[in-house]
Amino acid sequence: MGSLKDLLHNPRFRHAASWTALVVILAGLVAGTFHTTKRVDYIWRWEQIPRYVLFKDSRVVEAEDDATVVALDVAGGDTVIVVKDYLDMESYYEVPSDLVNVAVGQEITRGQVLAQWERWKPGLLLQGLVLTLEISVLSIALGIFIGLFTGLARLSKSPAPKWLAIGYIELIRGTPLLVQIYIFYFFVGQVFRLSNFMAGVLALSVFAGAYVAEIFRAGIQSIHRGQMEAARSLGMSYALAMRYIILPQAFKRILPPLAGQFISLIKDSSLVGVIALVELTRAGREIGTSTINYFEVFFTVAALYLILTFSLSMLVQFLERRFAVSD
Amino acid sequence: MIEVRNVYKTFYSRHKVEALVDVTMRVTRGEVVTIIGPSGSGKSTLLRCLNHLETIDRGEIVIDGIPLTDSRTNINAVRAEVGMVFQSFNLFPHMTVLGNVTIAQTKVRKRSRDQAEEIAMTLLQKVGIPEKARSYPSQLSGGQQQRVAIARALAMQPKIMLFDEPTSALDPEMIGEVLDVMKTLAREGMTICAVTHEMGFAREVCDRVVFMDEGRIVEVGTPGKIFDSPDHERTKAFLAQIL
Ligand SMILES: Nc1ncnc2c1ncn2[C@@H]1O[C@H](COP(=O)(O)OP(=O)(O)O)[C@@H](O)[C@H]1O
Ligand SMILES: [Mg+2]
Repeated sequence: MGSLKDLLHNPRFRHAASWTALVVILAGLVAGTFHTTKRVDYIWRWEQIPRYVLFKDSRVVEAEDDATVVALDVAGGDTVIVVKDYLDMESYYEVPSDLVNVAVGQEITRGQVLAQWERWKPGLLLQGLVLTLEISVLSIALGIFIGLFTGLARLSKSPAPKWLAIGYIELIRGTPLLVQIYIFYFFVGQVFRLSNFMAGVLALSVFAGAYVAEIFRAGIQSIHRGQMEAARSLGMSYALAMRYIILPQAFKRILPPLAGQFISLIKDSSLVGVIALVELTRAGREIGTSTINYFEVFFTVAALYLILTFSLSMLVQFLERRFAVSD
Repeated sequence: MIEVRNVYKTFYSRHKVEALVDVTMRVTRGEVVTIIGPSGSGKSTLLRCLNHLETIDRGEIVIDGIPLTDSRTNINAVRAEVGMVFQSFNLFPHMTVLGNVTIAQTKVRKRSRDQAEEIAMTLLQKVGIPEKARSYPSQLSGGQQQRVAIARALAMQPKIMLFDEPTSALDPEMIGEVLDVMKTLAREGMTICAVTHEMGFAREVCDRVVFMDEGRIVEVGTPGKIFDSPDHERTKAFLAQIL
């Protein structure tokens, strides 16, 4: 039995056993999911999903009546063919500009094919992903800006900026994001006539700003005060010292918590679906309603969020390595 | 050059600490003054007040004719004329040695990059480490870091240099190289106010020694007088302790 004991304590055996366990657990999870869906009689139709990401848009534009082309109005990439029938009634056909095959003055007959095309178009999921990305990128940029200045105000010795910053931070951290989004949509949005998109982005930025402010404050405070003193003793103003001495050092330290905050922000952006912004989650819900293939849709939605958050993690890791040169 | 008149400074942290009590002192142009005294006697606080890193409660400080206590005084302009070297070096770790020595020149003195680098290289030559210009502070020994810190302060071409225990964080074998730089500066006529317990420095280049205890200046005199025949019991007791 000594040899079995030896085997159990052999680090290489333990390593291999651990890998085996991992594979068994993962296989078990997949099998479990499969079995569960069997029990609820769910019919998987993964083939439904790709067309919500990209779909082929095929169209044939035919003339509805005999008429004469009177004008070609170019608008963006499309051209509107304006025609008049014998009663002088105008009709319009919109086709991609590069497919226009009629000229002004030309007669067209009923049923004539004015244009025929097949194009790849982004499906609802991809559109939702793009909207989520736009909202996230804008909110992150604005959130950094708000957070930096609030963080600095929070550290100020003068009462007005300091207490305004504390008030703002506590207000935001003490209320649910969903409620803040409603306030930005129904109240701020109405007063300042904001689009849904702007209301959503502002709500998320103001929300992120409060958390980013605390991250900046902690980062700045973590820099030894000798750094500020050395900079000031060289005659640098507070602003110069912050800009060139303190913030570059603080930024390196706050990168990991900042990244965590922004990964949360990407996920939290799913809440702006409530103000009629068809971002990724809302797109998923709408597709789910029309296809009842909720399982596939939301697995796909989850995977798309993962792509966004994982890319952000990779970007931050890259930045961390870049900044690490001086230590 | 430096005028300190009846300065008081009290800290209120957990206890009330009277860091400076009725301190009056004067340093003339080109003079080298060493401040000694037990730990907590207010030496650092005094130096920091000279650079306005601490504000004073009462009294007056005049640097090169400019009163620090006057609200119209541009403190940054005064600080640019007063170089300070800290016990813990306080180099900027995210910049190279060259970056450390040029940043204030370009941002405060508004010198061109080329000119700032030229001045920096001359100063690094002077403190004996021109070959480290492209290194980061973390790659240097303590003695080298402190010499960079001195070069960084000198780059502003200050009229006064303040040293706060510049060698007490250093390994013994590196103390000499920093003191040599300080001695050179002293001999060149720089006005210096240094907190240090290096008797060699004090005896060789220093004009006057100030002994402080419990926030007060107890005794002032030439190095010979203070070290060999001090008037006060407290000075004697302190010297007996450190020698
Ligand atoms: N920022 C501060 N807050 C509170 N107390 C301080 C502060 N700085 C210095 N002190 C106190 O003031 C006294 C003098 O300190 P310091 O000037 O650093 O003495 P020294 O440099 O002679 O050792 C000490 O008792 C110290 O604890
Ligand atoms: Mg001290």
